[in-house]
Amino acid sequence: MENLLRRLGARALLRFQSLGRATIIWIQAMGWIPTLSEWPLLIRQIYTIGVLSIVIISLSAFAIGAVISLQFYTQLSRFGAEDAVGAGLALVLLRELGPVVTGLLFAGRAGSAITAEIGLMKTTEQLSIMEMMGVDPLRRIVAPRLWGGIISMPLLTALFNMVAIYGGVVVGVQWLGADPGGFWSGMQSAVEPWEDVGQGMVKAVIFAIVVTWVAVFQGYDCEPTAEGMGLATTRTVVTSSVFILAIDFFLTLLMYGDF
Amino acid sequence: MRMRTVEIIVGAFVLAGIIAILFLIVQVSGVNFSDAETSYTVTARFDDVAGLRPRAKVSMAGVNLGRVRSIAVDTAYGEAIVEIEIDGEPGNLSRDTSAKILTEGILGARYIGLAPGSEEETLQDGGEITETQGAIVLENLIGQFLTSLGKD
Repeated sequence: MENLLRRLGARALLRFQSLGRATIIWIQAMGWIPTLSEWPLLIRQIYTIGVLSIVIISLSAFAIGAVISLQFYTQLSRFGAEDAVGAGLALVLLRELGPVVTGLLFAGRAGSAITAEIGLMKTTEQLSIMEMMGVDPLRRIVAPRLWGGIISMPLLTALFNMVAIYGGVVVGVQWLGADPGGFWSGMQSAVEPWEDVGQGMVKAVIFAIVVTWVAVFQGYDCEPTAEGMGLATTRTVVTSSVFILAIDFFLTLLMYGDF
Repeated sequence: MRMRTVEIIVGAFVLAGIIAILFLIVQVSGVNFSDAETSYTVTARFDDVAGLRPRAKVSMAGVNLGRVRSIAVDTAYGEAIVEIEIDGEPGNLSRDTSAKILTEGILGARYIGLAPGSEEETLQDGGEITETQGAIVLENLIGQFLTSLGKD
């Protein structure tokens, strides 16, 4: 019994230690201001995290927009309310699906990469070597990835929403034949610039922060073995996806709940 | 890949993102930057606005004429005070113009429909539309119907 308690305590302490370390690292990385020679690092990360995600983001956005439009249209046309398709599509995308789906894809693409890189560096002791060489791994490795993610995420979310709405227009208006006037005017009268577009972007930024934080933590916390690295990468995707969905609920409650 | 190419592509990406945000603001939420054009404000009091929202459209004969700027409530009289922004110079509406709250379709958004009056004098900036008819609320209609049934 005593042994069991001791083991539990030791594990908890270890966890808290690495949580604390990861938090300190994360905060320091967030306070990074790139010098002129460090700019290319950031640009390179925006390229790998943001630009290379455009294809998958656009593909899923188009499919999701098309499906939502199709579902809304078939259900709403039973009440003769096809004009509400545009409003429903835009609100669902801007408020929820845009940031959440982009966040999930972002966790799978960028989060896992950050964990794997930091994990491998820890496993092969590159981090200590870098420090010995007088290169700060924080400035060199962690910070550009965090900021690359935080800059890319809202842009990707905006692209996601735009492509998804286009997908909705293709299916709803051009294929099923909803009236374009009613579609757009319904959308425009339902969507508020700050409440829907702005707060959706706020969600995207928060999700980016959550994903990068989880990724850094898992990278630093991983067991320095090949198996441990694999586990840590998986945990990053799972944990940040769960966090995104849970935090999304509370953000929605805060932003749109009436109380 | 050479750094120069990467920089150009990232620049294009950031630009595309900003264009997407602008698209969402302008085309999807329908913010129009027509404030630079001339417009003037009139107020109208309604006994019930029932779901009218700021930026709802204001039209005459189905043609857009302006938008709702703000909605406040006068608790002393139990009336809603609606500020309406009308496009153009003051003088395009007569003083006894009437305003009615209407609904687009069955489930559509509420909007204000204006009907022209007959007086020579026109509404000025800050003027008030006195002839108003509030939204028709289904519950009230049913209530009236039931009380009139009871009388027979």
